[in-house]
Amino acid sequence: MISVYLKEINSFFSSLVGYIVVAIFLVLLGLIMWVFPDFSILEYNFASLNQLFIIAPLVFMFLIPAVTMRSFSEEYQAGTLDLLRTKPITENQIVLAKFFANLSLVLFALIPTLLYYYTVYELGSPRGNLDTGAIIGSYIGLILLAACFVAIGLFASSLSKNQIVAFLLAAFLCFFFYWAFFYLSKLPIFYGRVDDIIQKIGIDYHYESISRGLVDSRDIIYFITIIFTFLWACKVMITEFRVR
Amino acid sequence: MSIKVSGLTKYFGKQKAVNNVSFEIKKGEIVGFLGPNGAGKTTTMKMLTGILEASEGQAEILGLDFQNQKAEIKKQVGYLAEANPLYTDMYIEEFLSFVANVHKIENKKEAVQLAIERTGLIPERNKKIHQLSKGFRQRVGLAQAIIHDPQVLILDEPVSGLDPNQLIDIRALIKELSQSKTIVFSTHILQEVQALCDRVLIINKGELVADDQIENITRTALEKYRMQIETKAAIKLDALKTAVSGLKVIDKKHQKYILSWNGNISKREEIFQFLVAQGHVIYEMKMEQNTVEDVFQKLTQ
Repeated sequence: MISVYLKEINSFFSSLVGYIVVAIFLVLLGLIMWVFPDFSILEYNFASLNQLFIIAPLVFMFLIPAVTMRSFSEEYQAGTLDLLRTKPITENQIVLAKFFANLSLVLFALIPTLLYYYTVYELGSPRGNLDTGAIIGSYIGLILLAACFVAIGLFASSLSKNQIVAFLLAAFLCFFFYWAFFYLSKLPIFYGRVDDIIQKIGIDYHYESISRGLVDSRDIIYFITIIFTFLWACKVMITEFRVR
Repeated sequence: MSIKVSGLTKYFGKQKAVNNVSFEIKKGEIVGFLGPNGAGKTTTMKMLTGILEASEGQAEILGLDFQNQKAEIKKQVGYLAEANPLYTDMYIEEFLSFVANVHKIENKKEAVQLAIERTGLIPERNKKIHQLSKGFRQRVGLAQAIIHDPQVLILDEPVSGLDPNQLIDIRALIKELSQSKTIVFSTHILQEVQALCDRVLIINKGELVADDQIENITRTALEKYRMQIETKAAIKLDALKTAVSGLKVIDKKHQKYILSWNGNISKREEIFQFLVAQGHVIYEMKMEQNTVEDVFQKLTQ
């Protein structure tokens, strides 16, 4: 499993994918957080990283599908999944290796944002006037959210040998699971009756709950369930309904 | 017994791709797996490597069965797929050490080195796979199949699409590997079978239609003999046909004749006696070998 993990990581950084993903993520966040006057922390006058945790999911929503789209589609296209399948390695191991490799790349992109924390910490008046607990919670939330998106992306990639299809499907599913349930709950047939349940199906509800610094076991279980469901579906796709 | 297959059947939806195929391959044998395109060769091979699961029937490799000992089988089998899928943006050594890692080979560097040497990849070793010619890619495919020193090699069309020089190289390589391993390889190039293997399995429309030594197959499948004769003067063919029953004249050009008959090879003696009695001067009298092509066509019609 480690060998496949390392191979995936290598392929991110031996092609441009890894660098481009990290660069786009940081440039986009940097612009929004420090340059664009409407959102900039410098104009905002509050010592918080709220912008980061509002914007990052949106960036992930198209960036993570762009990373994961090749995972299985490319292997289907080149036939290399059959190559792996003749080796002493199980489908579970392949899926998990790819999951952790993609997640590692996303986390790698996230590490430099710790600098933002330090900056805001220093800029606070008085110095260090910052809700560290909420920020730690938000980072945990963001990592779990990224893991969900990676699982969704891998599943989408396991559906098609066409990378564009995989990307579009993944981006749509990420959007749908992140946002759609909140707005669907506002429909008249749900509103006032089951809207709270509908909202709880969406990722954003749990993400925001963790972001408040309240790491609740129910939210963690929710995220883990989503991740494992999609990884399991992905495994089923590559074993049973393989694309020829 | 290296490979033992009994009643192997594979459905794709309602279509039967492989139908009730049984055969056994002994240790150290090199067996050609022959059949027209779409006959089920690749499907059978994929079932022998664990890529596909059989719908019905059993396959055993080295006495291990696929239900319970799949992981063990994968350690003992090397597979070169038809399209030879490789991670083309990797360097040769990088790719081979990845494969060695997946196999958890202890002496990784040595294994990679040995595979590169055996497959003659040394002059290209520092290239990326996508920079290689088809012949060298095929060698990389073979290198990844033998890196873990498997006892059984399954090669799906190892020589298709190669130029004649590459073909001879790869053929020699397979021959060399066959000294220490059991090899099954598929092809629709018949010369390949004649050049390489002891035994042929012919498969058509998913069914095994022949399983024997090459000479036996060519003889028994046709029971047909052809003879080429050249004489100084023209032969009276009608007289010949009455003297030797069951003869057919296939071709006639000047004083060159091609005769054929079914059944008994001893008719060549009767033909000779007839020609001598007629006082013919015989320049040439030669039995033509039945080619594998003839057999193949007959069996797969």
